[in-house]
Amino acid sequence: MTADVLTPTGACADPRAVAAEEPADLARVVRARRRPTRRVRLVIATLAVAAVAAVLVRVLLGDYVVALTDLLPILRGEALPDAPGASFIVMEAKVPRALLGLLAGLAFGAAGAMFQTTLRNPLASPDIIGISVGASAAAVIALTFLDAQGLWLPAAALVGAVAVGLLMHAVGRGTTLAGQRMVLVGIGVAALLSSVIQFVMTRTSIQDAQAALVWLTGSLARATWPVIGMLSVAVLVLAPLLAVCARWMRLAELGDDLSATLGAPAGRARLGLVVAVALAAVATSATGPIAFVAFLAGPIARRLCGGRPSLWAAALIGAVVVVLSDFAGDYLIPDVNLPVGVVTGALGAPLMLAVVVTAGRAGKA
Amino acid sequence: MSATQTAAREERVAPGEATLPGLAALLLALLVVLVMAVVASIVLGSTAIPLGDVVQVLTGHGDGVADSGIVEARVARTVVGVLVGAALAVAGAAMQGLTRNPLADPGLLGVNAGAGLAVVVAISVFGVGSLSGYVWWAMAGAGLAAVLVHALAGLAGGGSPLRLTLAGAAVAAGLASWSSGLLVSSKQSFDSFRFWQVGTIGGRGLDLVVTVLPFFAVGLVVVLLAVRRLNALALGDDLARGLGENVILARATVAVGVAVLCGASTALAGPIGFLGLVVPHVARSVVGPDHRRVIPVCLAAGPILLLAADIVGRLVARPSEVQAGIMTAVIGVPFFVVLVRRGRMASL
Repeated sequence: MTADVLTPTGACADPRAVAAEEPADLARVVRARRRPTRRVRLVIATLAVAAVAAVLVRVLLGDYVVALTDLLPILRGEALPDAPGASFIVMEAKVPRALLGLLAGLAFGAAGAMFQTTLRNPLASPDIIGISVGASAAAVIALTFLDAQGLWLPAAALVGAVAVGLLMHAVGRGTTLAGQRMVLVGIGVAALLSSVIQFVMTRTSIQDAQAALVWLTGSLARATWPVIGMLSVAVLVLAPLLAVCARWMRLAELGDDLSATLGAPAGRARLGLVVAVALAAVATSATGPIAFVAFLAGPIARRLCGGRPSLWAAALIGAVVVVLSDFAGDYLIPDVNLPVGVVTGALGAPLMLAVVVTAGRAGKA
Repeated sequence: MSATQTAAREERVAPGEATLPGLAALLLALLVVLVMAVVASIVLGSTAIPLGDVVQVLTGHGDGVADSGIVEARVARTVVGVLVGAALAVAGAAMQGLTRNPLADPGLLGVNAGAGLAVVVAISVFGVGSLSGYVWWAMAGAGLAAVLVHALAGLAGGGSPLRLTLAGAAVAAGLASWSSGLLVSSKQSFDSFRFWQVGTIGGRGLDLVVTVLPFFAVGLVVVLLAVRRLNALALGDDLARGLGENVILARATVAVGVAVLCGASTALAGPIGFLGLVVPHVARSVVGPDHRRVIPVCLAAGPILLLAADIVGRLVARPSEVQAGIMTAVIGVPFFVVLVRRGRMASL
């Protein structure tokens, strides 16, 4: 094979000819080229199973254990004669939390991976570049000064996140270093908005401030069916768009010029960013900023997939992490209910550091 | 001509402009402004105090003056402002030079989060309830966080600005999560902490200043003595080594000085963001990248910005006030965005 490539006659020009001459070599090449793809598929399938398992654990186990055989009748809406309260607990507490965790985790994971790949910067997760802080500042103001309830709170957060996204876009527009500048401006805006949040915290009652603090750490406690409905509609609309962008992710990683040369449509990367901002904004508005999920899902997925970025793997990792962290936050320490964001942050930071250190040793990142 | 081109042209010209007499004139002008800021900081506020009364109180004849208590409080906060402003600006400049990273700032490198977690632990676990009690905890937490971030970045291969920023962001976010975890479960702790976490230079007595003063002095002396080493480090490790510099020793010296300055500032005033980032950038754009010029300018410009932020904060929300930690971000961030937009951040 090597000799063929080196000959100037171009023996490789016609793949059929090569196949006829050296079927064994070609088969080996095809196999070798397929292996990473197969690995990515295997990882995604495993993660999907893990996500379903995590949801089941969250719904069935805990302080109030539900048997798997009882779950189906409860979901169908039948009353259990021997446990009249079971239906209420499962349908109003356990299932909403699990679903919200699943959806938010998917959105955070996918958005983070999209940012990191398209902007070619591992720092560029919505946590760091201000999208989450934009949502937080708006939500804290709505919570404390306007006494926002129900769906108004996520709506305010959504407005804040989108506003920051637009500002970053305006600053990066029309420059060759768009990605780099967006990150820098995002960090600056995040700092400004954090001081706004701190200021509001000192100007309000301790009750409101504490509610704001819980929101700021990211919590699934406000899981209600309307919020889940909003989030699932958003995910269903944005997922197909993201699927389109995901196909161009590996090209986008090469930079604007090279990916255009290789035939990627110019607008795709931009579209990917818009979708990622929307996903991060919707998820943050539903749960608050859950620390580190968006930051970590991408790098972990890449490691599992053997160095390839995979949006779907990142999304599923986000879902598994959020659902299991919420479960751990509820039951890990007896009598203390930790918001999910505390668990992901406390466990995520060491993981992140491990990623930084090992990536440095391997000479990349 | 585009903004980037203009910036690039100024960048080339700037170092030449700062001739020695030019630098002396600049420093003199900054000193005059600083004195004006100090006077304004004592005179202005929710109640304006006539300059004559201030002089009377300060010369020890203040018995007849009704506002002597206010004057004393304002003198204390002005002293805090000068110390913290100078320390943060110098530490920021040294940190940016040390890491060759224009983004380096105590807040972005985990020092504030470390001090914050230490104060949360002090409040919620050990029941510490006074400012003077927080000081030592904040100092220790800031120091540990700085060591942790630098050690991790060092493990990951050192010099890369991105890696240091990444390690700093991860440490900061992780420590903040631990703080939240402790605060969510205790309302009383959070009630104390929410006021500490907004950096302010008000409400600190002179006795507290005297306690922390040695740390400021040591940190400043260490950084000032290492200015020449900073210039060598700025050339990159290999070139610095070629010039006969002991790179590891130089790095360690500067890092210790920076950590002491940041820790002392955070302990005294709480976390004040952005000052350490913005002031060195302004200084560098005026006098060029030579640390022997940048650091003296920072020494004078840092207090000016912090006092100005504090005065504005006092005047906009009379009779209450907006803390200096918030006003520095409100003033500093738009400036930072313009800086990024004009492509200045790349040059160090």
